[in-house]
Amino acid sequence: MDIIDILLSASFWTAAIRIASPLIFAVLGELICERAGVLNLGIEGIMVAGAFAGWMAVYSGTDLWTGVAVAFAVGMLFGLVHSTLTVPFGLSQHVVGLGVTLLATSLTYFAYRLFLPEVTSPPKIEAFQPFEIPLLSDIPIIGPALFNQTPLTYLAFISVGVVAYILYRTPLGLALRAAGENPAAVAAQGLSVTAIRMGAVIAGSGLMAVGGAFLTMSAFDSFFFEMVNGRGWICIALVVFGAWRPGKALLGAILFAAFDALQIRVQQTPMGADIPYQIFLMMPYILSILALIVMSRRAEVPAALMVPFNKGER
Amino acid sequence: MPEQTEAQVVLRLDQITKTFGALTANNAVSLALHKGEVIALLGENGAGKTTLMNILFGQYTADSGTVEVFGKPLPPGNPRAALEAGVGMVHQHFTLAENMTVLENVALGTQGLGAWRFDARAARARILALSSDFKLAVDPDARVGTLTVGERQRVEILKALYREARILILDEPTAVLTPQETDDLFETLRKAVALGLSIIFISHKLHEVMAISNRVVILRHGKVVHEGPIGETDKRDLAARMVGSEVSAPKVEPGTPGPAMLSLKAVSTPDRGAAPGLKALDLDLFAGQITGLAGVSGNGQAALADLIGGMQGPSAGALHLKGIAPQGWSPRTAVHAGIARIPEDRHKTGTIADFDLTENAILERYTDAPFSYKGWMYWRAAQDFARSVIERYDVRCPGPGTRIRLLSGGNMQKLILGRVLEGAPEIILANQPVRGLDIGAVNYVHSQLLAARDRGAAVLLISEDLDEIMALSDVIHVISEGRLSPPFARGTMSPTELGVWMAGQGFEEMAHAS
Repeated sequence: MDIIDILLSASFWTAAIRIASPLIFAVLGELICERAGVLNLGIEGIMVAGAFAGWMAVYSGTDLWTGVAVAFAVGMLFGLVHSTLTVPFGLSQHVVGLGVTLLATSLTYFAYRLFLPEVTSPPKIEAFQPFEIPLLSDIPIIGPALFNQTPLTYLAFISVGVVAYILYRTPLGLALRAAGENPAAVAAQGLSVTAIRMGAVIAGSGLMAVGGAFLTMSAFDSFFFEMVNGRGWICIALVVFGAWRPGKALLGAILFAAFDALQIRVQQTPMGADIPYQIFLMMPYILSILALIVMSRRAEVPAALMVPFNKGER
Repeated sequence: MPEQTEAQVVLRLDQITKTFGALTANNAVSLALHKGEVIALLGENGAGKTTLMNILFGQYTADSGTVEVFGKPLPPGNPRAALEAGVGMVHQHFTLAENMTVLENVALGTQGLGAWRFDARAARARILALSSDFKLAVDPDARVGTLTVGERQRVEILKALYREARILILDEPTAVLTPQETDDLFETLRKAVALGLSIIFISHKLHEVMAISNRVVILRHGKVVHEGPIGETDKRDLAARMVGSEVSAPKVEPGTPGPAMLSLKAVSTPDRGAAPGLKALDLDLFAGQITGLAGVSGNGQAALADLIGGMQGPSAGALHLKGIAPQGWSPRTAVHAGIARIPEDRHKTGTIADFDLTENAILERYTDAPFSYKGWMYWRAAQDFARSVIERYDVRCPGPGTRIRLLSGGNMQKLILGRVLEGAPEIILANQPVRGLDIGAVNYVHSQLLAARDRGAAVLLISEDLDEIMALSDVIHVISEGRLSPPFARGTMSPTELGVWMAGQGFEEMAHAS
């Protein structure tokens, strides 16, 4: 059958991992924020800003890794805005998050026009190229999918391990998770809930921006409007799907990306020709919703997610 | 004060004064705690105990006065300083993360946040050593959410000991414990004192104060009004000094039971998360009688209160009002059937904080005449009703237009009491009616409940305070994991015997016997 052939092809899995990469960065970023108790709906806009910032830096003459660092820094800046409003001021995380998304998106488009006032089509940069890891990339199917990707994809996978290690194996991770479960417990131990939560949002926002930068610096080689196209919102769902655990969130990102890669390929089969292509476009979202329903029923939400913490209040 | 040379002073509060606007919460409070000593800090709500402890822990900064720990002054307004100086606090409301393990809760914040590895193995070994030294049995790898209240308190004490606290401050530690758990706690505290720790024990349960402490300090209106060795005083004396005048608890004569007003026959309700539902429970509430429901919180009291209050129907079994099964069962039918509800949490479910007294007074009956007619509100009738409640139940407030948020807990409770008692209810569901009230308000609420009983109402009194249950109830049931003990008549059971039932023993034998 057609679908079996697609699922067994190396190019399908290579595409799936590539599509998953920006989601992995962004979902990790969101996961860090939420584990500390802050819902960051700025994610969509921060990804747009990151996509632009990284690409613009490279276009202006820096090397690629500096571009990634610039994207990370821009993300942190928006994280600072978000966390200042939501943590010490305790404002509504929904409103602030949506505000940051609108602000970041609009500022990005403004900056685009400011830097490139007269271009009609956005210029291209020399993007990250796939880097083949010897021997490992020779494994059938998995080899090219996992070991013939760009360095940013490898970084995404490494980040999962690093974030998981920090969350579960360091005192910092313990304090961060506790801030999302019961901030009063953190404060009672003489730690600053404000510092922990702000730090988590700032670092998480940096990762989101790198997720955006992946689009302009690795998946493509240019910046387009509407490029992020709801990936940030998908990541909010993927955090729930992953039950706030980095490993499961990684699986969720790959699963969603695989649906996405699959629908493009099924469209080109004879069966696909008879069905309106919009149905295929819907497929990853519908399957994600179904998976979410199944997976998230036992999910343990951080108990203090979206609960502002005011010292001295009971 | 004579110089205490035999023991070192470990904590000294000197002339602490703190004002909030016009209110003086602490007025030149001085206190010295010696090594190996237990001080009981007594006082009514609002006497300034919590403010004093918050100053010690750096949550507030005192206007004047100093705090010294082990001879060194403590910098004001720094929460870490007290912890690092060796002062550990066990709050009344536990500060534990339920989704995390005991180990994680205890070790939280004890290693520098820059460290690359959380040393779980060392932490576990230390917790096990502490729990055997201090007789604090608890599994380090258990999730806190699965622990009983008593076990959670042990975790809180472990947290303090893990940080090498030499001074323990316990804020109302026994409020949530069974008598047996209280005995265990006291044993741990005696161990701690024997090992050279010093303890401040905040409480209002006088017999516990007498049992555990060496010295007592009483605060009233922010001032120290009494300080002295426990041997030179008694419970009556302490209570009088706390309130500032002789206190007279209402005299309780046995009630004369009438017919059953409400009967539950083999009623079950579904479990709600970790909170058990009712398990084939039989209960009769008789007119002219106060039925006390004793039990550790979270054993089905909420399920029973919700059932009788109409919030939840039974999933099995039958509910009868004066022998008749009601048509449908909702909060509204319950109110109309003459069930008065004094809810457990007056802030969350008893009142609407930003509504005024008038609106709160008619919350349960706003659709009925005279407050409304064919969908139109009659605010004048509502206001008159609120005024009469305010007057007859002594609700201290500027007027019926005051937002209820601004009232003290005692006055809020008086309004709720008036709201339900004015309807001359036949059945009264009093769920924790005096929680957090001072002695004067407690006595008032109790006397009103007794008066309602003598008028012929059937009262169900749910409380975690065994003393309250034993003082007021004509019959006592114990609830444990949704199961109900047989009724025990007034005076037939000792606190220890009831504690055995509260811990869940006795139910098996009962099941075998029947």
